[in-house]
Amino acid sequence: MEIKAEEYQVWHDRTNATVHLQGFLRLKGIEEYQPIMDILVSAVETSSSLTMNLQELEFLNSSGISMLSMFVVKVRQRGNVQLTLHGTDKILWQTKSLKNLQRLMPSLTLHFS
Amino acid sequence: MTNTFVAQTFGAFTDDFSAGEEYLTLSFSPNSAARKRRWGNYGLSADFLGDYFAAFFPGDAVCDSPINRRDTVKAAVSYIANELIENAVKYSEASAKLPISISLYLYEEQIVFRAVSYANQAESDRYQAFIRELLNSELDELYGQQLEKTATGSGESNMGILTMINDYAACFSWKFQPLDDAVAAHSEIVQVNVLVRLDV
Repeated sequence: MEIKAEEYQVWHDRTNATVHLQGFLRLKGIEEYQPIMDILVSAVETSSSLTMNLQELEFLNSSGISMLSMFVVKVRQRGNVQLTLHGTDKILWQTKSLKNLQRLMPSLTLHFS
Repeated sequence: MTNTFVAQTFGAFTDDFSAGEEYLTLSFSPNSAARKRRWGNYGLSADFLGDYFAAFFPGDAVCDSPINRRDTVKAAVSYIANELIENAVKYSEASAKLPISISLYLYEEQIVFRAVSYANQAESDRYQAFIRELLNSELDELYGQQLEKTATGSGESNMGILTMINDYAACFSWKFQPLDDAVAAHSEIVQVNVLVRLDV
């Protein structure tokens, strides 16, 4: 599954159990994030571990952060999935906001490179 | 109910900006159909503000961060401006036919954002109720509660404001000014002023 828009792209790499999010994501409200959420949910249904690669996600608005938090809770509810967020400390929003997601799921692995 | 036209302020709000400071204002025309089509352009506007104000800062290193000072200012301004514009657009009353604006003022160690929009009375009341909750809560606790609420899809989140305060240490104040009928196209319109101070 893949979404390719002018400002961003999201795709699921099944071989590596990784969903890649890249570009500038500032969709209007949580509703517009549903197609991305669908990719994430479907990716986690077929795997016991999932990595979200955010290293090239330059921008995420608060609706997008809300979407991530909703996904983390879905993973938490499944109970048997190891979720890793792979970000970078070179993009400010990631250094500011990603750690908060661990409040929702302490077993969430945050990896900054 | 009759409007009393008395302004309500929260936090350290001021209208007093000293002249001569570097500042920039962007105004968005009040056409509601165009507003929807323009959503992508608001992001461009926020990025422009980030680039514009970052250019005043040197690219020197920031302690404990691989992101230099200029890029830090650029990213923080872009995030905050985008959230302020998004909120102003989402919650503004299109029938008021009044423009939304965002201004940034540059000071030695601070950037001040001022967003002006126009909301109906119900939206203004809802916003004020959240502000009261925010001001009467312990931030970390409220943030945790709202994050959980958002994540479980059980209610209005206000995560935009909370991320700006919690993650970027932005300092908020507000003024709600009911408009005289002569100014608004119809009554019960409240001018919402959001002031955000960001130390840089």
